[in-house]
Amino acid sequence: MKIDDKKRVLREMVLHRRFEERCYQAYIERKIGGFLHLYPGQEACCNGVMEAARPGHDYVITGYRDHVHAIKCGADPKEVMAELYGKETGSSKGRGGSMHIFDAAHHFMGGYALVGGPFPLAAGIAKAIQLKGGDEIAICFLGDAANNQGVFHETLNMAALWKLPVLFVCENNLYGIGTSIERSTAVVHQHKRVAAYNIPADECDGQDIDIVYEHARKAVDHVRSGNGPFFLELMTYRYRGHSMSDARSYRSREEEEVWKQRDPILMLRDRLITAGALTMAEFEALEKETDAYIENEVIKFAEESPEPRVEELEKYVFADRETQLPWLTGKAA
Amino acid sequence: MANIMYWEAIQRAHDEEMARDPMVICMGEDIGVAGGTYKATKGLYEKYGPLRVMDTPISEGGFTGLGIGASFLGVRPIIEIMSVNFAWLAMDQMFNSAAKVRYMSGGQLTAPCVFRSAGGAAHQLGAQHSARMEKVFMGIAGLRVVTASNPKQAYGLLKSAIRCDDPVFINEHELMYNMKGEVPDGEYFHPLEGSDIARAGTDVTLLGYNISVHWCLKAAEILDKQYGISAEVVDLYSLSPLDRAGIKKSVSKTHRAVIAEEDEAPVGVGSEVIAIINEECFFELDAAPVRVHSALVPQPYNHTLEKAAIPDHEDVVKAVLKLFGKA
Repeated sequence: MKIDDKKRVLREMVLHRRFEERCYQAYIERKIGGFLHLYPGQEACCNGVMEAARPGHDYVITGYRDHVHAIKCGADPKEVMAELYGKETGSSKGRGGSMHIFDAAHHFMGGYALVGGPFPLAAGIAKAIQLKGGDEIAICFLGDAANNQGVFHETLNMAALWKLPVLFVCENNLYGIGTSIERSTAVVHQHKRVAAYNIPADECDGQDIDIVYEHARKAVDHVRSGNGPFFLELMTYRYRGHSMSDARSYRSREEEEVWKQRDPILMLRDRLITAGALTMAEFEALEKETDAYIENEVIKFAEESPEPRVEELEKYVFADRETQLPWLTGKAA
Repeated sequence: MANIMYWEAIQRAHDEEMARDPMVICMGEDIGVAGGTYKATKGLYEKYGPLRVMDTPISEGGFTGLGIGASFLGVRPIIEIMSVNFAWLAMDQMFNSAAKVRYMSGGQLTAPCVFRSAGGAAHQLGAQHSARMEKVFMGIAGLRVVTASNPKQAYGLLKSAIRCDDPVFINEHELMYNMKGEVPDGEYFHPLEGSDIARAGTDVTLLGYNISVHWCLKAAEILDKQYGISAEVVDLYSLSPLDRAGIKKSVSKTHRAVIAEEDEAPVGVGSEVIAIINEECFFELDAAPVRVHSALVPQPYNHTLEKAAIPDHEDVVKAVLKLFGKA
């Protein structure tokens, strides 16, 4: 990555971090309901991969820890926050919530809340790309725990069999909800599991964005060049619990501190400072500026937006009736 | 009008829609090179090739999800689940992905998929290959459920289901693929909503769908000839949504109702139809509506036990006679 790109990505990562921390606060204040799964600690994964891909062009799908992936693809943070507030202006019109952010216009195909559920959907998106002949690829971001679902294996088999243009990104954060990977999974290093399907795979540090970017570039090139699927495992860590109701009783604070020593944002910050491309004062200003933007624009928009209308409770269950009448009534032209 | 078999009607609908729109594809186990377990996709592989006629691995959850994902980008997959018993493995994707994606994305994504699957008790297929599961599908928001009782419906319902932007589950029956019937020569789209009057009558309404329409028709014949009872047969080809207006109209006319289904009774089509009758026309009733249904047992292998578990036209006749105080 060029220096200017790194500076831009640092800005984005700071936004991603502060956005999530602000969600935490809003949840405590009961402005956000339901389940809330936060991303701090894993920012280099989404950012590193998407810098190597084409956000808004390539199709991205993920699980329930989805806010940052949506924003990286081009979703407006205001609409994502409004969705968390359950507002009509939310990215899913307040019908989805934290786990179901969508932005089809930017090819963000959504967050799904069944662990592993997006695997076959991603392969299907890749199948559609293959049929239509486009140069997009499908990128499926999921955690390590998803790989213990049956559809993981079913999807890898089909993706390899049909040479589908799909990149599987495994953000291995070492925990599936509150169970460590050693206690749930016979093979800790996930990239080894895909060898059985003849899918090329790679593993790297998921905390250092430069490393993620270099590995992701090869992975993206492989898929975009028509060679079929690729599996990229990124070793990472989520600072917060699985969701807000998780007190992290299953791991030590010492372990968390070790990971925080290799914080993806601070590592990039320090690297830019060392290169003379950034000063500490500039970084602190960036943080302040980001917080101000989140408060004055993002939160304000969410707070002030209207609730969905109860009269529209059943809107979006089925396609707009008027457009479907020929098939519903059999009176096709 | 051509007199063709049920499977031929389904095959023709596939063929016409695939010829019209390159985004229509079909997928499932053994549907391509092998031509389909029930021949419903016969000849399509040779005509449209492996990219559009996909022989899938035996991975129901995986390939169903794959079809759904493709549909997000405008592909219209016709996904065959060889036996509805296997659909349990695909239900996560059908229900959590296809049926809900439109709602939970605020209308941004839609899953215009067709799921076709054969169920029903055939000939001693045992507990894990004989299930009727329409009741499971008809309780899902965002999913349409239709089922054809004859080749004309089979053709026209599939045509409409492919064109419709909503996900549609089509319930077929293993014993009906070789049934013959008239199908229009020209293109025909059967409505996905509503019900058909399969036989007009005045004294009692017999409600059925798929194979039980035929029990009702046979029962109506016997009731007419032997007992002088005029039965109206309503064909509920749409199980979700059920045709409230059509049910109300017929039952309000005859004042009596028998609902026949091959599915087991608890939480079934019969329960739902009776609830609709109560809500729509309770005070028109001259007698309490009656359900004819299967026994709540895993399907037995033994021929005699299997027959005892499944109702037929004689059970419909008995139920009607009971309604009239003649049994």
